[in-house]
Amino acid sequence: MLNNLTNPHEYPGKLFVVEGIDGSGKTTQLGLLAKWLSASGQRVFVTEWNSSALVKAATKTGKKKNALTPMTFSLLHATDFADRLLYKIIPPLKAGMIVLADRYAYTAFARDATRGVDRQWVRELYSFAVRPDLSLYFRVPIDVSLDRLMARRVKLKFYEAGMDLGWSTNPVDSFRLFQGKVLDEYDRLVDEYGLEVVNAVGSITDQQRVVRSLVSKHLDTKHLEITDDEPV
Amino acid sequence: MTSPSDQDESQPEIADGAANGHIQAGLYYGQGIPYLPIEGYPGKLIAIEGTDGVGRSTQIQLLREWLEIKGYGVVETGWTRSPLMQPTIEIAKSSNTLNKLTFVLLYATDFADRLEKEIIPALKAGFIVLSDRYIFTALARAGVRGVDRQWLRNLYGFAIAPHMVFYLKIDVDKLIGRVLESRGMDFWESGMDLKTGDDIYESFRTYQQRLLREYGSMADEFHFRVLDARRRVDKIQEELRKQVGAFLEPVEKAEKPAEPVTLVR
Repeated sequence: MLNNLTNPHEYPGKLFVVEGIDGSGKTTQLGLLAKWLSASGQRVFVTEWNSSALVKAATKTGKKKNALTPMTFSLLHATDFADRLLYKIIPPLKAGMIVLADRYAYTAFARDATRGVDRQWVRELYSFAVRPDLSLYFRVPIDVSLDRLMARRVKLKFYEAGMDLGWSTNPVDSFRLFQGKVLDEYDRLVDEYGLEVVNAVGSITDQQRVVRSLVSKHLDTKHLEITDDEPV
Repeated sequence: MTSPSDQDESQPEIADGAANGHIQAGLYYGQGIPYLPIEGYPGKLIAIEGTDGVGRSTQIQLLREWLEIKGYGVVETGWTRSPLMQPTIEIAKSSNTLNKLTFVLLYATDFADRLEKEIIPALKAGFIVLSDRYIFTALARAGVRGVDRQWLRNLYGFAIAPHMVFYLKIDVDKLIGRVLESRGMDFWESGMDLKTGDDIYESFRTYQQRLLREYGSMADEFHFRVLDARRRVDKIQEELRKQVGAFLEPVEKAEKPAEPVTLVR
């Protein structure tokens, strides 16, 4: 087994990732973090889960036809991840930039295990991944995340709600069941991979303050302002 | 001859090092797919392996014909034929943006799709599944490209160990003759992505030589039955039928003249 994911990387750049279920607010927090870092003169690159052009076609056909099994779902996401890791994540890290990843391998660990894929197998599958300098896990109760998604009138997506597992034909019930199990899987990961837990129930600004303070520990902080005031 | 037939199927696993401990024909190599238990499925999985141009498809056609005449239900599967992944793999190949890791993972996804949707259902229904190439092709290609071997074996831990793996073995010189006679050398079969040089002939030679070495190194680990592919088509087929026949009907073969075949399962 490769040990990239468990050993610190040697690139000059920094890799920060956010994790959490849908509606945990992690993307909002990542956006604010990126703003802050750029404004303080850092070069930042943001990458999202499952976004490589190569794999998008297959994911789309698969999702449309509801043809993905837990295994192919898992492998497709790993393919996407490998593609982004090698083309999008490692080059900026080599260039000394800050890479912000919206979801990382831990998303796969949590979701795939929930779908019935072998836990150890997925972990070994992703053992080629670069270990993040900091992984922020936005922990939130299901009801809070559901409220947020509903307030935005987001239509719950088939796979995100775990509808493929056939646990319930009602999207909200299915989401509740599926994401509930995903939360349990995330909890295992906190200790296993040293995820930093952020209470994602508090106000956006409070959370962001926590995030910035955690991130700044990994950066040369001389020119970073941790308050919410205008940076220099 | 020594022990009864039923045991024979679960016994050919001799101690082996590199893979995940014991290999049991018809079961997963590694952790497998937890939500798809496959123990006790009546079908048989037979893989025909070998590099490009070695004559696999011809042998499979002939074998299929023979098996069907004997009354066996046969399903064929190949490498890279799943509807889910075919377009993506074609795009990736033509755009030349594929790195070795994504390459390996795309093929693994494709295989998983076929395993779950074709192979496992066929085994469950009692078919003989003839696989034109199997995971060993993927392992050999990735091995040549320097992908971590243990990682690869773990990745394919969800694959089913075939009941029989035939490896059609050939030497590079003979192979070159055959390939040039038929369809010529193409970019991927020549390992041009490895950039060993601009000369396709030299590249083909070097690449195929390395591939053959990889296949060779897996022979013991995965219990290959090695067939000399330099012989005439009918000679190879004869050997194949002999071994497959002995596996499928060990008792009948010993007692009766091979004629009327009754399938008792």
